[in-house]
Amino acid sequence: MLGKTAGGLFWMFRYLERSENTARLVEAGFRMALTRGGDPADEWASVIDTAGARAAYLARYDAFEGGSVVDLLLRDREYSSSVLSSIETARSNARLVRTALTREVWEATNEAWMTIKAILQRPVREQDMTHVLGLIRQQSALVRGALHGSMLRNDGYDFARIGTFLERADNTARILDVKYYVLLPSLAQIGSSLDNMQWESVLRSVAGQRAYRWITGGEIAPMGVAEFVILDGRMPRSLAFSVMKLADNLSFLENEYGARHASQERAEALRAKLRDNSIDTIFEQGLHEFLVDFLADIAALGAQIEQDYRFTG
Amino acid sequence: MSDNARFFDEMSGGAGGPRQPYADYQRWFEGEDIANLRRKSDEAETFFRRTGITFNVYGAAEATERLIPFDIVPRILSGREWSRLARGIEQRVRAINAFLHDIYHRQEILRSGRVPKEIIAQNVAFLPQMIGMTPPGGVYTHIVGTDLVRTGEDEFYVLEDNARTPSGVSYMLENRETMLQMFPELFTRIRVRPVSDYPTRLRRSLAASAPAACNGKPVVAVLTPGIHNSAYFEHSFLADQMGAELVEGSDLRVVDGRIAMRTTQGYQPIDVLYRRVDDDFLDPLIFNPQSMLGVPGIFDIYRAGGITIANAPGTGICDDKAIYSYMPDIVEFYTGEKAILKNVPTWRCSEPEALKHVLDNLAELVVKEVHGSGGYGMLVGPAASKKELAAFRAKLEARPGNYIAQPTLALSTVPILTKAGLAPRHVDLRPYVLVSPDRIDIVPGGLTRVALKAGSLVVNSSQGGGTKDTWVLEE
Repeated sequence: MLGKTAGGLFWMFRYLERSENTARLVEAGFRMALTRGGDPADEWASVIDTAGARAAYLARYDAFEGGSVVDLLLRDREYSSSVLSSIETARSNARLVRTALTREVWEATNEAWMTIKAILQRPVREQDMTHVLGLIRQQSALVRGALHGSMLRNDGYDFARIGTFLERADNTARILDVKYYVLLPSLAQIGSSLDNMQWESVLRSVAGQRAYRWITGGEIAPMGVAEFVILDGRMPRSLAFSVMKLADNLSFLENEYGARHASQERAEALRAKLRDNSIDTIFEQGLHEFLVDFLADIAALGAQIEQDYRFTG
Repeated sequence: MSDNARFFDEMSGGAGGPRQPYADYQRWFEGEDIANLRRKSDEAETFFRRTGITFNVYGAAEATERLIPFDIVPRILSGREWSRLARGIEQRVRAINAFLHDIYHRQEILRSGRVPKEIIAQNVAFLPQMIGMTPPGGVYTHIVGTDLVRTGEDEFYVLEDNARTPSGVSYMLENRETMLQMFPELFTRIRVRPVSDYPTRLRRSLAASAPAACNGKPVVAVLTPGIHNSAYFEHSFLADQMGAELVEGSDLRVVDGRIAMRTTQGYQPIDVLYRRVDDDFLDPLIFNPQSMLGVPGIFDIYRAGGITIANAPGTGICDDKAIYSYMPDIVEFYTGEKAILKNVPTWRCSEPEALKHVLDNLAELVVKEVHGSGGYGMLVGPAASKKELAAFRAKLEARPGNYIAQPTLALSTVPILTKAGLAPRHVDLRPYVLVSPDRIDIVPGGLTRVALKAGSLVVNSSQGGGTKDTWVLEE
């Protein structure tokens, strides 16, 4: 497989994952703004921070306000991580690697692009929000389904998965980092409805509220939420799960190519770090510090993969 | 005079009843509801959009992707009509390859005086770098598109030869795919020769021309200028269907005397490069030094037998319309036979007498640039305004050698489906010809292009033309 093609698959699936995660983030913010009394500006500001979009937002708007936040994150073409920009980048990468995709994956991607472009042509009205966000999630599920159902399990599939989980690990870590203070037991007023809401918002952003309730029998505790989203290998958007998948897919590449690379060492080290850690030690050493380190590790891993598999010259 | 009387309609034959090749189709059509067919026709557009069969348009404000309109009424040829065409095309393509070999070697045809020396000397597509070089397997034109038009029951003409990089074959394949999905019952009822194995045949044909340096199964790759090229969809489609890598210049470099592509596991040599990049951009060391699309050093590797380039550089001389006018002589010179397919009578404006005739009859003629393609820079006399005619006359007088002229042909029509039902529109046909060292292989059918505007004779997609599925019936 061409290095360029491997890179195209990697980025195609990173951007698809990003568009879905951004939609989830908006969904969580939207819900918080609806269900929480008082000024929702703080909540929207935190959504913008989670997306890493503060500078882009403040270059366009003065105050944090739902309509503008949603507009930037969903449909601003000038902002490269908006849902619309992400799906466009994903689709142009798909065109670039058309020969490495089954017809089903290509058509699902092309259709996702056409559908999302059409519904985001105009600002999304409040009454349409649920529908629009649902449609975005559904479109990305269709691409994923086509990938699982039709692609050969070879290096191309591995690069698609690596892109997906690198992006997911990054996004989940960011969501946690923006909210880390509400997860700290020292600051939490246990049982206050405000914090319950905040924790639930974290869970919602990673589509984990239902699973968490089942696992814990309905009790929401800050450390439990952190443990679930960081260390639980059963939770498909957790850091542990994402890193496990990264390491797995890199080892599939090792089997196929018969060569081991530095990126694999990095992924294994990261996997061991998560496996050997408990939530208590993470909190002792500082949740924020842990997450900052993790994000740096993920970025370094991405750069190493790019180099090991010759994505560019 | 009505259009129906002036132009040969391939469905009705002008006599009201369907011509034999269309008989079964007509019977089926009469049992269909027009509104329902219109709906199907809209579905076809959705199908094309979904599959991303688009072409990029240059010069549009935003880089847009457009569809080439597709008409659901097939263009049908009988098996007998096809076998005669196929024989004629094979003869012509054989002659073109012999001609190219001769031009780049002993130039016997120039010495004999059958083709004037100047016409090669002035030909911008002639590459002195190819002199004395024989491509692997002796094949110059691995893929040829022979554009044909029809004016009557047995009247076929070659309009032009595309020996450089003929495009459009992906539409031939997708049009058939679309028809199969929309009208499966038609294919049960009417036996149409398949075209879907074209990519397999293309791969086989390219692999058969592998260079001496190839050891083992030939590695084939398609070279594209990139995602923004107007034909990118076709490049990726063909690579995908052949199971070949789609590469850009930036993926390639010279490694150990071979052209190699950068893979996830290091550099791997390529044996056959089906390039969709023009000669001029192929190698910045030899041709256009500004080119970012090619591979520095590829030409030296080529000359040393390290890679096959398909089509060979320098084949574009045959696309030249001045060369075209000599094609009957060229066929006779190399095959010893009369040309089976006719040429359109052509006046070379470089010759004073011909120029006078052209200027005197400008309003009746079609005038084309010698090196032009895609329907650009051409004059259709009968459709031109007084002002356009005057402007063109000035251009002709300034550079007569740049033009040839032909009579305005009464191109045949095939019906398209309009809101009001069937309506005749002018068509042409581009069959695709594969040349390998051991044989010439022609897929039964090709791309039928159709002028969608009533009365228009210009079928080019860049000028608002559409396409049809082309059926060759089993005999």
